[in-house]
Amino acid sequence: MSIVATGPAAGLPRWAVLGLLPALNLLAAFAISGLIVLLIGENPWEAVRMLVWGAFGFQEAIGYTLFYATNFIFTGLAVAVAFHCGLFNIGGEGQAYIGGLGMALVCLYLDFLPFALIVPAAVVGAALFGAAWAFVPAWLQAYRGSHIVITTIMFNFIAAAVMAYLLVNVMSRPGSMEPESRDFALHARLPLMHEALGAMGIDIAASPLNLSFLWALLCCAVVWVFMWHTRAGYRLRTAGASPPAALYGGISPPRQIIVAMVVSGALAGCMSLNELMGVQHRLVLEFTAGYGFAGIAVALMGRGHPVGIVLASLLFGALYQGGAELSFEIPGITRDMVVVIQGLVILFAGALEFMFVPAVRAVLLRSSGG
Amino acid sequence: MELLTLLALVLDSTLRLSAPLILAALAGLFSERSGIIDIGLEGKMLGAAFAAATAATFTGSPWAGLAAGIGASVLLALVHGYACITHRGNQVVSGLALNILVSGVTAVLGIAWFAQGGRTPQLPGEARFLPLEWPGAAPLRDVPGVGTLYSELLSGHNLMVYLAFLAVPTVAWVLYRTRFGLRLRAAGENPQSVETAGISIIALRYRALLCTGVACGMAGTYLSLAQSASFINDMTAGKGYIALAALIFGKWRPYPAMLACLLFGFLDATAIRLQGVDLPGVGEVPVQFVQALPYVLTVVLLAGFIGRAIPPKALGVPYVKER
Amino acid sequence: MSSSEKRRNTTPTAGAPAVELLRINKWFGAVHANRDVSLSVAPGTIHGIVGENGAGKSTLMSILYGFHRADRGEIRIAGRPVAIRGSEDAIAAGIGMVHQHFMLVDTFTVVENVILGAEGGRLLAPGTHRARGELAELASEYALEVPPDALVGDLPVGLQQRVEILKALYRGAEILVLDEPTGTLAPQEADHLFRILRRLKGQGKTIVLITHKLREIMAVTDRISVMRQGRMVAHRDTATTTVAEIAELMVGRRVLSQVEKEAVKPGRDLLSVENLRVRDDRGLSSVRNVSFSVRAGEIVGIAGVAGNGQSELMEALAGLRPVVGGRILVAGKPVGAGGRLRRRLGLAHVPEDRRRMGLVMPFQARESAILGHHDDPRYRRAALFDWAAVSRDTAGKMDAFDVRPADPRRITAAFSGGNQQKLVLAREIERDPLVLLVGQPTRGVDIGAIEFIHRRLVAMRDAGRAVLLISAELDEIMGLSDRILVMFGGTIAGEFPAGRATERELGLLMAGAAGRERSAP
Repeated sequence: MSIVATGPAAGLPRWAVLGLLPALNLLAAFAISGLIVLLIGENPWEAVRMLVWGAFGFQEAIGYTLFYATNFIFTGLAVAVAFHCGLFNIGGEGQAYIGGLGMALVCLYLDFLPFALIVPAAVVGAALFGAAWAFVPAWLQAYRGSHIVITTIMFNFIAAAVMAYLLVNVMSRPGSMEPESRDFALHARLPLMHEALGAMGIDIAASPLNLSFLWALLCCAVVWVFMWHTRAGYRLRTAGASPPAALYGGISPPRQIIVAMVVSGALAGCMSLNELMGVQHRLVLEFTAGYGFAGIAVALMGRGHPVGIVLASLLFGALYQGGAELSFEIPGITRDMVVVIQGLVILFAGALEFMFVPAVRAVLLRSSGG
Repeated sequence: MELLTLLALVLDSTLRLSAPLILAALAGLFSERSGIIDIGLEGKMLGAAFAAATAATFTGSPWAGLAAGIGASVLLALVHGYACITHRGNQVVSGLALNILVSGVTAVLGIAWFAQGGRTPQLPGEARFLPLEWPGAAPLRDVPGVGTLYSELLSGHNLMVYLAFLAVPTVAWVLYRTRFGLRLRAAGENPQSVETAGISIIALRYRALLCTGVACGMAGTYLSLAQSASFINDMTAGKGYIALAALIFGKWRPYPAMLACLLFGFLDATAIRLQGVDLPGVGEVPVQFVQALPYVLTVVLLAGFIGRAIPPKALGVPYVKER
Repeated sequence: MSSSEKRRNTTPTAGAPAVELLRINKWFGAVHANRDVSLSVAPGTIHGIVGENGAGKSTLMSILYGFHRADRGEIRIAGRPVAIRGSEDAIAAGIGMVHQHFMLVDTFTVVENVILGAEGGRLLAPGTHRARGELAELASEYALEVPPDALVGDLPVGLQQRVEILKALYRGAEILVLDEPTGTLAPQEADHLFRILRRLKGQGKTIVLITHKLREIMAVTDRISVMRQGRMVAHRDTATTTVAEIAELMVGRRVLSQVEKEAVKPGRDLLSVENLRVRDDRGLSSVRNVSFSVRAGEIVGIAGVAGNGQSELMEALAGLRPVVGGRILVAGKPVGAGGRLRRRLGLAHVPEDRRRMGLVMPFQARESAILGHHDDPRYRRAALFDWAAVSRDTAGKMDAFDVRPADPRRITAAFSGGNQQKLVLAREIERDPLVLLVGQPTRGVDIGAIEFIHRRLVAMRDAGRAVLLISAELDEIMGLSDRILVMFGGTIAGEFPAGRATERELGLLMAGAAGRERSAP
């Protein structure tokens, strides 16, 4: 997995690698999405206009966009941290799911704690459980050579089964058949942004955007510092870029696999803070709703850098929110269109990442030569 | 219920639940034995299921549905090939992208074309693959033992179930008895040895992906035209990944993979039967536990605690001709 | 020979050479790997091609077998010009190749490997049946017995090689090219191979043997061609030449600027190696009971043909390869298992493969410049890296070692080979270690940088440090070393004080041509 452009793109100027190629890939993804919109007999331009309006056209929309973006930031960061160690963590979905369990356990059973303690405890619970769920595949990869892609896929399904069992048989609301826990206590919820700002005298429209958005931004900063300014991050990146060089430098690649995956799982686990502690206020079935997989698209688009990930998360958040508005306005186009775009972005920005390299190289050569 | 009848019923549904897994696992076998990771079985199945249901809806013919299903799956396999063989892209990323893409496209098109919340219209019997009653199955039904076995287990499945089980020896034959099979296996182990023998790895791998597309197309068609009578959103529900697990569990070989599919199908069948049943001495077995078992078993196998699943040596490594 | 007759599609012109290469040229980027190479191989002979590593032998043979295409030049087989665009053309022209790294599928049986690509139809059964018969025939004809149903991965190397030869013969090869065929063989296996080759010759096959081992080339060939630095420098009849002449032709007399060296009186032992035993990646013993020491103010060079244990020795000394037996001492203190304690004791290592090991290619230069020393508190402020300090430090090193461009934030991969190497040397030497291990310091480095690197190594020695140098370049070893050890077959085959060794003597020892009793006085 190359986030730093080497190999086929080597020799291209930085602006082409970091700007032009991702833009071309994104354009290709959108062009094909447009074709699909045409195929179902709708007007792509109208759809784009509606989508942008739905995502940014009014205050509430922006709140929703940022709310969705929060989920993407967590899972995108998770995927990126593993990428930097040369690992493909497809298990963000399961790690987020189990992270939600850790967070819910705190919110449900430690709710004798005051707000000021229960929030950090919930964060720790989410991160710890997510990390633990990533640790097993990491250990198997590091010390038993089990392919981490396959094991993390399997762990997604195992997580789904575990959670279904717990929600149906153990944690379900007393007297209810619904596979969901009882509601969290009022002080075991994250304040919504409009409430928090309202208390400070700033008025914004109501939306599910909550304080975990700030935690997501903080995580971006922490990941940035960790990855590029600490020795632990240096070791992790070295092991990812070149295991022989890591060995030469006295760094143990297997240990770095564990570190990377544990950090990755912890970040994925934090997604539950936004979705459950912020909005749903209870543990529900399948709240991860594909955000773990979408994190791969986000990390690829953002080229593994926290700033890129924030931008990509905004893009996907806007697609989610705009897509919802779009499906109201044009019933022919559902929110599934966003899933289509996501798939195409992963295809073009990921698997076909270098498709346009020969063309770009040729154009650059011709313009510099002539 | 009599124990034998219960057993016959469970085994009967085991066969029906395993059939699509077997087809998908065999599909994955072609791709992976040639050296290309395929986590996109899920997407190809789903795409095929949708295409098949759509074609059957418009033509009223299951055969047209099958053709469309195979066509869709082959197209997806070729896109995978274009990314992984031609552009040497990351095989995992490509497979994942296709899975996500298909789950979105089928929903978008389904809603736009049929306006039933993502489902395709209920298909009439003649547009589906219906159970085939073997001669003498009805009168034999009441003969205990052999009769039950014959009428419940052997008779009364749809054509695709029989095709799935016939596909296993066929694939084994192709893999071990034909020139194509020999070259395919060599491509996944040591592509250089194939290239130095004067054979194009690129062409060979594309052909392998064509086979993957065909088998996966059949698996998907099974879901919407045989098991169900319409396409339902995300109806594969992880079956593509289970098939992948079975392929690994069967160590990338046709017969062991089939046995793994049967095991996983059996687990699925018992999970349904076990719901709310108190087993003597054990109590109620949670259905989720049985459902998770295929994945747990695969992880344990991958960890090397029970035997060792050694993948084809060149699996996942993009082939570069210039050394 | 049934299938060979069937498959031949070039009828030999009477008296024409079996293989003729005319003024072959091949560039890899800026590297001119083959320069106007011409070669003529008479039918029914064994023709040896010798040369040091990197002389261009393998490139030439890759062109003959269709792996690479020549940029210029012509290939004639049996007198007729042929275009070889891929392996299939080479096979059709009757050329069979036995690669250095066997092109075999480990999980296949011998028969399956033999018929791969020549199955003789869509189904395997008839081809397999025919192959069995033919294998039995070939086995008796050429002493090429191999169990046909054994898995190739289970066979010893010598038998695997026979499978490679059988593959070629089964395809009707009249011309057999063997690339370093004895590199991985035990002596008895090699002798058996030579018997096979003589029989093949007796049956009229033409054999081209690529090697850098002089003993065997003298023993088995009829004619020898010598390559050096991409050129064909000489052709000799084996009967009328000597090992010494070939060794001299191979090594050549390259004129390199002699590094000025003061006479220094060596001090105490800074690096001591006692009865060291190390295994290679395949678990075979590759360093066998080696003992030596390097003293303060001394450069000790280890000469040897690649694959004789030098690389494994270096890795073991650096703590990158487990030691099976023996001891390593730095300044009298035994080193631990890993590399960390060694660094603290004052051992520095410039690895042979800087691209894979010495540097991290996607990293900025300053990140690569602290590899292995990233725990140094000088690079930190509290828990975080002080990148400004790292940049200053790197800029200083770049300045001292004339790394260009002197930009600490440039991506490592963007530097030229010479500048990359100077960056590694700067990182290791600027810390003033007691002992410096250097592997192939000037491989892929331009002339100007070579001289600079040599001067720095000598400066270390003059400062009373110990330098252990491994190089494939004999003149580099001879020009820099105060003492030369020759490694052959995992042992020290000889030791010479500087100035007392001639290239010929070294070449003979390196090629295993002389007895092991010849060691330093």
